[in-house]
Amino acid sequence: MNDILEYQDTQTIREILLSARTIAIVGLSSNVLRPSHFVGFYLQRHGYRIVPVNPREKEVLGEKSYAALSEIPFPVDVVDVFRASNAVPPIADEAVQIGARALWMQYYVISNEGAAIARNGGLHVVMDRCMKVEHARHMGRMHWLGFNTGVITARRLKISNQ
Amino acid sequence: MANSNPPQADDLHQFGFDTRAIHAGQRPDPYTGARAVPIFQTTSYVFEDADSAAAYFNLQEYGNTYSRIMNPTVAVFEERVASLEGGAGAVGFASGLAAQAASFFTMLRPGDHVVASKALYGGTITQLKHLFGKLSVDHTFIDPDDIANWKNALRDNTKAFFGETIGNPGGNILDIEAVANIAHAHNLPLIIDSTFATPYLCRPMEWGADIVVHSATKFIGGHGTSIGGVVTEAGTFNWSNGRFPGVADPSAAYHGLAFHETFGVYGYLMKLRAESLRDLGGAMSPFNAFLFLLGLETLPLRMERHVKNTLEIAQFLENHPMVERVKYSGLESSPYASLAKKYLPRGAGAVFSFDLKGGRGAGKNFIEALNLWSHLANVGDAKSLVIHPASTTHRQLNDAELAGAGITPGTIRLSVGLENAEDLIWDLERGLRASAVRESSRIYANDKINEKISED
Repeated sequence: MNDILEYQDTQTIREILLSARTIAIVGLSSNVLRPSHFVGFYLQRHGYRIVPVNPREKEVLGEKSYAALSEIPFPVDVVDVFRASNAVPPIADEAVQIGARALWMQYYVISNEGAAIARNGGLHVVMDRCMKVEHARHMGRMHWLGFNTGVITARRLKISNQ
Repeated sequence: MANSNPPQADDLHQFGFDTRAIHAGQRPDPYTGARAVPIFQTTSYVFEDADSAAAYFNLQEYGNTYSRIMNPTVAVFEERVASLEGGAGAVGFASGLAAQAASFFTMLRPGDHVVASKALYGGTITQLKHLFGKLSVDHTFIDPDDIANWKNALRDNTKAFFGETIGNPGGNILDIEAVANIAHAHNLPLIIDSTFATPYLCRPMEWGADIVVHSATKFIGGHGTSIGGVVTEAGTFNWSNGRFPGVADPSAAYHGLAFHETFGVYGYLMKLRAESLRDLGGAMSPFNAFLFLLGLETLPLRMERHVKNTLEIAQFLENHPMVERVKYSGLESSPYASLAKKYLPRGAGAVFSFDLKGGRGAGKNFIEALNLWSHLANVGDAKSLVIHPASTTHRQLNDAELAGAGITPGTIRLSVGLENAEDLIWDLERGLRASAVRESSRIYANDKINEKISED
């Protein structure tokens, strides 16, 4: 439990969401009903460049799909993982090798080994959190549907945030 | 999946209950800077473009489409309740019963079975027995005090446990932790109606409850102005355990979307909103949400006074010769005193009942002699309220069900308000004196008064 909380730091999450431009999504599916597609669609809609990483896909959300992180011919800021937890360590290795700045593991993707690899490689790590939900919580419209964002503020929202 | 942590409040600082009662859910309006929560009295919302509209309807983006499903004023109320209860989110409804019905509809199918306390609000018993009975959902009402009863009532098709934090009107305190443990051991959720406790006095999710429903009409609103309800869910129950195809399986009503897998901890709540609220249609009005938000801002202050007055009045009644017994778990003499200390350390609520000596006739005399207490069918107002359950709120129940709910013909239920306690006690004294007068002489006295009025 404490191990996971260590990888759910609000400040880290905000920094990643605010600074990232290019997000490689490992396991992104072209099936519009898959959770990965919901997240990819949402992040793309909010201005991030999505890079599908899935050997079983050719193109997802209008972007060319790569078989592995190492095949992406341009820099990637965040590696977002939709894979079984035991598949994470080699993905973390690759994320370090390609110079990504953060490794993000989605809900139920929990790998302390993968997290340690990424951290030792200098990456920020987020675990068992959804990138869509965290974006919606901190800078999106999640509060419009009655979800508990945990955000308490008396500051006026910027219109651009919407 | 069940191991996944629901999101917690901002890691940087944990804000206190009173602060969240005032601020949670609201971000000052980006366009106007309005400090109060604006009332968005609108049915519908202009889309930015066709793609956005499609994304909203596909649930790919959080957006406003139609106020039967979501509304920005109602959303502030929903998030605030979720924050106070410690839930992943909440959905507002037109009434407490609408909220409760939707919480069941979202998870149950024909052929399912619910185990519920028999010490419940009469409307809830009617809803489970007749409305859900008509939908082929079976139920067993049990004495909630004996924990073994919950386990013994389990069947293969049991899909939920249901109880009230503080039973209405018997004042039973539910051993939430023990009941939740049995529910979870059998892969089913515990639903709690916590209307009488409010999140200020008890937060059932901290003891393992999965879903908490409220009639916001009562202490949340607090001023007797508006009807409304709310469902909040912890987000920790594993709806994908194979027993809840209604929540986990691809939804035919949403082009094959698997709500729990897709939305994780928010899956049940999304389904509750996007299907149950959308299709049953019991949406909360934005104006009512605004009034409930005003109520929540002072909830901690009001509940403090409510329970202080209530304890004083319960102690007064307990020592009165015309009173047979007082059923308030805040009293040391209550069989629920130890459970109340565990689950309701700040006070055992402001609704309780007592039995008059003299039965039904004495009850009628008592109520009719009161001047300050309002005789009506509601609880949780700033004003003190009184009712005779056997002839009103629990009228649809037969004698056995009445006894099961802890009601006798002479039971009087009080909802203690925020007036000066000494004034409330002064009025109760008058009622108790009247209750001691024999039925025949009272009628005679009334006739004399009426004669005098007509002479005047």
